[in-house]
Amino acid sequence: MTIEQAISLAPAERAIQLIGGDLTEKSLRLHLEGLPGVDAVGLEARAASLGTRSIKTTSKAWALDKIIELIDLTTLEGSDTPGKVQSLVAKAMIPDPSDLSAPRVAAVCVYGDMVPYAVKALGAAGGEAGIHVAAVATAFPSGRASLPVKIADTRDAVSFGADEIDMVIDRGAFLSGRYGLVFDQIVAVKEACRREDGSYAHLKVILETGELTTYDNVRRASWLAILAGGDFIKTSTGKVAPAATLPVTLLMLQVVNDWYRLTGGASGGQRIGVKPAGGIRTSKDAIKYLVAVAETVGEEWLQPHLFRFGASSLLNDVLLQRQKLTSGHYSGPDYVTVD
Amino acid sequence: MPETNRFLDYAPAPESTAILNLRESYGLFIDGEFSDGHGESFPTISPATEAKIAQISTADASDVDRAVAAARRAYTRTWSKLSGADRGKYLFRIARLVQERARELAVAESLDNGKPIKESRDVDVPLVAAWFFYYAGWADKLDYAGLGPNPRSLGVAAQVIPWNFPLLMLAWKIAPALAAGNTVVIKPAETTPLTALIFAEILQQADLPAGVVNIITGAGDTGSLLVNHPDVNKVAFTGSTAVGRAIACSTAGSGKKLTLELGGKAANIVFDDAPMDQAIEGIVNGIFFNQGHVCCAGSRLLVQENVKDEVVDRLKARLSTLRLGDPLDKNTDIGAINSRAQLERIRELSDIGEQEGAERWTADCEIPKNGFWFAPTIFTNVSTSHRIAREEVFGPVLSVLSFRTPAEAISKANNTPYGLSAGIWSSNGSRVLGVADKLRAGVVWINTFNQFDPASPFGGYKESGYGREGGRHGLAAYLTSAALESSGRGSSSAALTTGVSK
Amino acid sequence: MTRLTVPKTYKLYIGGKFPRSESGRVYQVTTPKGVFLANAAQASRKDARDAVVAARAASTGWAGATGYNRGQVLYRIAELLEGRRAQFVEELRLSEGVSESAAQRQVDAAIDVWVWYAGWADKYVQVAGNGNPVSGPYFNISTPEATGVVAIIAPQDSSLLGLVSVIAPALVSGNTVVVVASERAPLAAISLSEVLATSDVPGGVINVLTGSPAEIAPWLASHADVNALDLSGAEVLAGDLTWVDLQIAGAETLKRVRAPESGVPVMSVERITFFTETKTVWHTKGII
Repeated sequence: MTIEQAISLAPAERAIQLIGGDLTEKSLRLHLEGLPGVDAVGLEARAASLGTRSIKTTSKAWALDKIIELIDLTTLEGSDTPGKVQSLVAKAMIPDPSDLSAPRVAAVCVYGDMVPYAVKALGAAGGEAGIHVAAVATAFPSGRASLPVKIADTRDAVSFGADEIDMVIDRGAFLSGRYGLVFDQIVAVKEACRREDGSYAHLKVILETGELTTYDNVRRASWLAILAGGDFIKTSTGKVAPAATLPVTLLMLQVVNDWYRLTGGASGGQRIGVKPAGGIRTSKDAIKYLVAVAETVGEEWLQPHLFRFGASSLLNDVLLQRQKLTSGHYSGPDYVTVD
Repeated sequence: MPETNRFLDYAPAPESTAILNLRESYGLFIDGEFSDGHGESFPTISPATEAKIAQISTADASDVDRAVAAARRAYTRTWSKLSGADRGKYLFRIARLVQERARELAVAESLDNGKPIKESRDVDVPLVAAWFFYYAGWADKLDYAGLGPNPRSLGVAAQVIPWNFPLLMLAWKIAPALAAGNTVVIKPAETTPLTALIFAEILQQADLPAGVVNIITGAGDTGSLLVNHPDVNKVAFTGSTAVGRAIACSTAGSGKKLTLELGGKAANIVFDDAPMDQAIEGIVNGIFFNQGHVCCAGSRLLVQENVKDEVVDRLKARLSTLRLGDPLDKNTDIGAINSRAQLERIRELSDIGEQEGAERWTADCEIPKNGFWFAPTIFTNVSTSHRIAREEVFGPVLSVLSFRTPAEAISKANNTPYGLSAGIWSSNGSRVLGVADKLRAGVVWINTFNQFDPASPFGGYKESGYGREGGRHGLAAYLTSAALESSGRGSSSAALTTGVSK
Repeated sequence: MTRLTVPKTYKLYIGGKFPRSESGRVYQVTTPKGVFLANAAQASRKDARDAVVAARAASTGWAGATGYNRGQVLYRIAELLEGRRAQFVEELRLSEGVSESAAQRQVDAAIDVWVWYAGWADKYVQVAGNGNPVSGPYFNISTPEATGVVAIIAPQDSSLLGLVSVIAPALVSGNTVVVVASERAPLAAISLSEVLATSDVPGGVINVLTGSPAEIAPWLASHADVNALDLSGAEVLAGDLTWVDLQIAGAETLKRVRAPESGVPVMSVERITFFTETKTVWHTKGII
């Protein structure tokens, strides 16, 4: 597994390059509202057709391991404890004690105050080249707090050693058309991701697509998050239904593809990551996402710095399928560990 | 970087042919039984491998006579005496049997026709069942078909269908004909008879009275004998405009009711405010669905000039992800061209396109060694005068033209002797309906393409034929109004009759 | 002393104008008993060609008018016809050799045909169209619309009522027509043209040719810019020509062909829908 350096653009630099130095609420609005619309029926039909790909034998084996490598193993409960986080980390490091060939997950994803326990539990297995620690921040999941609180939340997590910050956007502001406010907050949070050495924690921007509701909004919010400096765009907190869906993820992948083409494509285009989170529980579903990635932005996106699954129960289903492929027999839930 | 091009190659996922239980040879299905034809039999092959599937009979004039006589007998003695409700029950049975044997039919269709299994499995066969289910319900409700009370069936229907959707076209023809109370002699295309012959077994399982549906095989000669048979009352043909024209000539004055579903050269119009990602999918589906062997295929792409380069770039990128190959592989997007003859026609017209100065781009796919294949191809710099912009290629070949204003788009779209279908892509609700209004085409898809449904009438303007299939309109093609019949159509009421006595 | 009358010159009606035949030919119109009534223009193939051009040019406007508008225009014809009832009765009495009361009945019936069809212009779509319940997220609607240019051989034995009974239904949906009038009794057709010229019917929507159907019809039947043929009055044609020959000529461009019928066609919605094309429009349906 190779981890490329996070894109180290100064906050808002992309927007200034694209829209111009005199970035205003108005110019931002004109830009976002000028994006092509999305036809819901066509988008969903395309997603459904990607879902009919039949992934067998060697491709399936590869896909199952790939899914594990792309998982942000997540616990985001009010009842989380250091013990729970420790157990999660243990699972992240050795997903299947009965088969040590199973790869490690990409990251563990926890609340900010749990970051120190995660970092400690990972020990040498963590760090930039190892399993990352991702922290949700900015008054997750609602995002209803003042900007200073959001920034403090973010700084806390970064200072505790979080490699990645999963922030939420202000959906209320977005839905009422205050795109500039949403933009400024992302820029500010991105700035708060800066470590003392000048490097940045990777910023994932959670759009909470279940609250944005329309595909046009998802496209605009994706674009907005990228312009403001997000390294990843992420569908959901997992606390709102619907969480990740294949059509929404496909749409976000299309935006990412547009951005890549716009910034130069094969000759130096910027690659933005995508993270569907919540609701992906089976290998079968996860494979559909891999297909969508491979056929929309290309197979090179199937790397942890460009694609993640935010999931908790998915891992065990993948392990069950993996055991089936290895042994030739169907496995059962008692043969995988609970964390 | 990690391994590349590994996942996208998807390991082979072939649908098993074990589900098929084919015979070595098939006779003609006449009067409820299979019997040998008196013409020279011929093999049907898989266009993907050129391997023989089965030996097929040819019906000669005596066989056509037998089939029409069986249909006439069944019409007079059985079918016309049955209640609409009972006719409907037979059709419901057929619909259910098609659903039960769906996988088998899909595999047979892909084997014989060359189309990807995902299409035969997810489009063709489900629509076949839907078609029978839809018209089954009509059989006892003909008073509501729009022809006034007690509409009458016509008698014996002669039906000739093409090779691009073999079983689906059979359903389009047989379902409304039987619901309306007619009996049928149908001839599938000579390159794709297989599913029709399996369908004959389904008719036996449904216990459909003998002679109500007769399925005869053979080439164009057999079809000609059938449509010109003096004892048929109705002719329904789907196929090329040239053959349709010949049938219109040969049946003129015969009193046979005629419906024709012929060629097309559909415009797919993309405005600059289109939902772009969906438009790209729609363009791909419009012309590369079923290898472009679709009469309503969106073979002329009309793109607004300010987004033309963008659309063409995206289209090329998208086409590069299409997977061409084994029709029975569940991941195949582009299957085999149906026949050597069709492949040669596609090659010829494409070569002409190049000679006329259009720019050719072909997706980079590996072409299998055996069988008939043509990689997805786009022509840019095409003018309305180029042959590839005017003639039906009936293959995976897209011509890209541009326009500047909606009026120009409409004028270019309508500038063809055909008028079967068209597509419009735009987010402007007022414009899409306004443009749809002005297009001279029987089916207009807005922000979608190649959608079919038994409830939705389908058929063309101008040289794309006449009559509609599907919906209430499709039923009317197999009925006549009782009022018109009894008055000997057009004999006027006495009160209005005046004029010169002869 | 009786006043010397001023006889009328009967010409063709093409594109809203009254030209003579480009061929310069006329033929004698007489009463059934052979008394000279007038010289009528004997239309040539070139007149037919000009009439098709005029009909095509008028097509977009007429088909694009609202049904409400077309209905009013057709109703207006009935109004004007009513006002010139006496003239038509006289022409029919002389040219068809029928009694005054028979002529009156024919004119009254012709007026009523206009009224009946006028009322359909904004309704037939509702009867012949459909909202289609397809199994998918699509708005799907089928509506009939005009076929285009319809060439008509009018009934030969009923020179006003027969004529009106074939042109009115074709006009309802927005078709434009080229009609070949009764050869033997063409006067009413030309007088009707005068009514049309002063009515609200745009020039070119109705084009009236007088002369020999056997001579003109083959050119119309084979004309690539004619979309449909109504052979109602072509049951008997001069010479060896039969209506089947016309249908075969029409097959070259897949024209919709309506076979001949004897007598005066009855009023029917089917006559309207015969010269329409059903267009089915699909549109995606999604709320998010």
